[in-house]
Amino acid sequence: MLGSITRRGLAGLALAAGLAVSAGAADAGPTKVAFVYVGPIGDHGYSYQHHMSAEAVRQAFGDKVEVTEVENVSEGPDAERVITQLAQAGNDIVFTTSFGFMNPTVKAAQRFPNVKFEHATGFKRAPNLGIYNIRFYEGRYVVGLIAGRMTKTNTIGYIASFPIPEVVMGINATYLAAKKVNPDIKFKVIWVNTWFDPGKEADAAKALIDQGCDVVMQHTDSPAPIKVAAERGVWVVGQASDMAHFGPESVLTSIVDDWSPHVVASVKAVMDGTWQAGDVWGGLKDGLVGIPPINLKVPEDIRKMAEQAIEDIKSGKLHPFTGPIRKQDGSDWLAEGQTAPDGDLLGMNFYVEGMEGELPK
Amino acid sequence: MDLVVNILIGIVIAATPLVFAAIGELVVEKAGVLNLGVEGMMIMGAVAGFATRIETGSPWLALVAAMAAGAIMAALFGLLTLTLLSNQVASGLALTLFGLGLAALLGQAYSGMSAPAFPRLSIPGLSTLPVIGPLLFGHDLLVYLSVALVAGVVWFLGRTRAGLILRAVGENHDAAHQLGYPVVLIRYLALMFGGAAAGLGGAYLSLVQSPIWVEKMTAGRGWIALALVVFAAWRPWRALAGAYLFGGITILQLHSQAFGLKIEAQYMNMLPYLATILVLVVISSDRRRLQSNAPASLGKPFYAAS
Amino acid sequence: MLRLERRKEASRSMLYATPFLAVLLTMAAGIVLFALIGKDPLRAISIIFFQPLTSVYGVTELLVKATPLVLIAVGLSLGFRAGIWNIGAEGQYTMGALAGGAVALAFYDQPGLWLLPLMCVAGAAGGAAWAAIPAFLKTRFNANEILVSLMLTYVAGLILSVMVFGPLRDPEGLSFPESRLFHDSARLPVLISGTRAHVGILVALVAVLLTAFVLARHRFGLVIRVLGAAPAAARFAGFSETATVWTCLLVSGALSGLAGLFEASGTLGQLVPALPVGYGFTAIIVAFLGRLHPVGILAAGLLLGLTYIGGEGAQIAMSLPSAVTSVFQGMLLFFLLAMDVLVNYRIRLGSRPAAAIAAEAE
Repeated sequence: MLGSITRRGLAGLALAAGLAVSAGAADAGPTKVAFVYVGPIGDHGYSYQHHMSAEAVRQAFGDKVEVTEVENVSEGPDAERVITQLAQAGNDIVFTTSFGFMNPTVKAAQRFPNVKFEHATGFKRAPNLGIYNIRFYEGRYVVGLIAGRMTKTNTIGYIASFPIPEVVMGINATYLAAKKVNPDIKFKVIWVNTWFDPGKEADAAKALIDQGCDVVMQHTDSPAPIKVAAERGVWVVGQASDMAHFGPESVLTSIVDDWSPHVVASVKAVMDGTWQAGDVWGGLKDGLVGIPPINLKVPEDIRKMAEQAIEDIKSGKLHPFTGPIRKQDGSDWLAEGQTAPDGDLLGMNFYVEGMEGELPK
Repeated sequence: MDLVVNILIGIVIAATPLVFAAIGELVVEKAGVLNLGVEGMMIMGAVAGFATRIETGSPWLALVAAMAAGAIMAALFGLLTLTLLSNQVASGLALTLFGLGLAALLGQAYSGMSAPAFPRLSIPGLSTLPVIGPLLFGHDLLVYLSVALVAGVVWFLGRTRAGLILRAVGENHDAAHQLGYPVVLIRYLALMFGGAAAGLGGAYLSLVQSPIWVEKMTAGRGWIALALVVFAAWRPWRALAGAYLFGGITILQLHSQAFGLKIEAQYMNMLPYLATILVLVVISSDRRRLQSNAPASLGKPFYAAS
Repeated sequence: MLRLERRKEASRSMLYATPFLAVLLTMAAGIVLFALIGKDPLRAISIIFFQPLTSVYGVTELLVKATPLVLIAVGLSLGFRAGIWNIGAEGQYTMGALAGGAVALAFYDQPGLWLLPLMCVAGAAGGAAWAAIPAFLKTRFNANEILVSLMLTYVAGLILSVMVFGPLRDPEGLSFPESRLFHDSARLPVLISGTRAHVGILVALVAVLLTAFVLARHRFGLVIRVLGAAPAAARFAGFSETATVWTCLLVSGALSGLAGLFEASGTLGQLVPALPVGYGFTAIIVAFLGRLHPVGILAAGLLLGLTYIGGEGAQIAMSLPSAVTSVFQGMLLFFLLAMDVLVNYRIRLGSRPAAAIAAEAE
């Protein structure tokens, strides 16, 4: 412990003397990188994928980095202490990976101006606090296309967690895509009010299948719905990580959150002394959304269509939210040819036209 | 019609882990011990069952392991509260914390794996009947076991001498001791039965309901089981009914959302707890009825002074 | 054969010795546990138990962590002494935070010196009101307070969730379920700048001292002791059970509510759905570890707080999974609870001495 305290002291001195950060860091040995997770690494969903980005940093830089991970940190009063301790322990950059860590990260960033912070999925920034997020909706649009073509009952089931913009955005993107290839499409949405309760997620999947959904997707974190769908022989889409191995026959594909490209690039920038607090919202183009190979049981033309859509989104030819789109209540949102401004998406609190049911408030 | 059948099956699946845990805790409480560590015993059952299923491939060994894990946890609670006479409320809470941590530690090697489906009852001719077939003869075997267990507990508590002694111990441990009954031993046995049942309830989650292992997968069901025991006024069949009612509210709430009915999920989620309080008030306000059921020595430490 | 023999009165030397014995046993068991999973045991022990005490920040965070535990446990201990089992402090904590936080948000545009006291009153009232439900149902309908208060904990969590998803949601927060940050005048004053040590720590200390005084000097202390030990005698002596139930539940509810408000206004500065993190349940263990005595509770709260903070430190410094920390805490609790037996009982070898049997037979 003494070693790292000294090291931090040295880095601080170096900064005070006006030396380049990179020189200080290089002299002090490995670059120290820390991650804070809201769930257990073993959730095989959200926190697991962030853990994979930490693994990617280890892979990429080997001895040159020292990676610390703290799991199961609640988004309450404990978060600020954990983040502060990580900063005090001499970490050069701290990644806080859940929305609820936003305000604690902002406070820590004020207290430790020499430490760099990156907060995933939030919106507050500072000179030493960058934000990064994934355009999950691009992936959801692609699976919406596949699901719209694959359903025979024209009914898609969607297990949703909480009515926050990210989730609402995902439902809308999936619906618009499915509607485009299948005008008769219907969505059934169940709000389970939890990110993680395998039993309840499984029950919700069963309820959706019982009510005629033959494609099920989820915006919750456990692989339980995949197992249910596999058992009942309906199609399902993996969430957060590649979940094909939970149901090889039934998983159409997965929407993989791949934080690694951004995280590795950030760590590299810290090592080079070129890091700046950024605002990254990357998607398919940046490799942050991954669509693993589509199940070979899906007819080739549908796979081709999906792959084309991926290419078009990457090249910028296609934006999932392109007008004309009206809101559910019939009011105008996007005019013909207009694409959705990021601000609208990040605060999205309405269904698009055609969706049934009421969005919970 | 199919939909109704499927909803009913869904309710059975949601309720069965609660039936196991609640009937176990009911026997424990009837013996005069309040074990708040149900959640910790369930999660240990879930991980032990899952690990054994993966390692040996046998669903039956998995059940045995789950029961053993729950019973060992219960014995630990017994050591603390019966032998060393610590406070039951505090020990039960500690058991839950300990179980959640230990299960996560033991389960690390198994996260991300999936187990094969659990065997179902299949009686030629009967299981394929419309409506009645899937409802009565098509469940996984644990569902029948859970109902049989409730029937067994009813018979044991009401019709056997051992059951009478167990109730006497819960009613007045000093008197039972005076009569020469081994109070501590009986309570150990009741606790371990409760632990084994809770372990089965946990295993139902990790082997049947969603055959995977993930940390914290019991998600508070142990606490609901505790509430169900009181909801049932310590009557086994009512505990079963309560579990099905609770499962029913959960499943119907999910289905009504899929139907597009507008409901505020949070308010719906409050219902089971409020209903339990209401039932508690109703049964408690009639002191005579309560006294005939509630074990009078519940939660009190027993020391053989003479 | 080992046998327990009840002491005539609690052993004072054991009362003070057992907690240390339990901590030593936990360390020994911890060394085995850490060695089993291939981590340096001595380093882990020193990080968990000693490292937080080596910096000002560590010590202040320990106080911050222990404050809600001690506040809640002190209140609960009154009821536990009298045989009134409020195990729903978590819900009262949540409702206190919600009530006080709602005041802070309602007067967001009119900050002033009066705001913080008003929030404290609202927080205590919120907690007390939530505890009044089991008190009413117990005294009026004889409903078991353990279960009513436990059920209400879940209801409270859901109400908090409804409120931060709805009326109390930050208007500029992009629909995320969090309230806005409280205005500065709605934040508890900080004792040492640069840390989170807030005046709630002092309030907890005052609560400890006041309770110690009441227990030792006030008639109420006598009432709850008699009621817990011999309810029939208490009734005979003319003590009102109803009044005691109400007092115990309202006091513990108010203290829990205050603890919730302190977390919202002191430590966190806003309302979030994850505000209840189990302090209400942990405090029950703290109350028993402290032998239901205010000073003991203070020590127990600090000890548990230490293992939480030290556990985080061990995750950071040694990559211990968080599961190991909870297992370790579980062991600590078991040892502490198990050691209690030495206070009230003597462990004897062999069968009962004839003299004792003769003495009891008289």
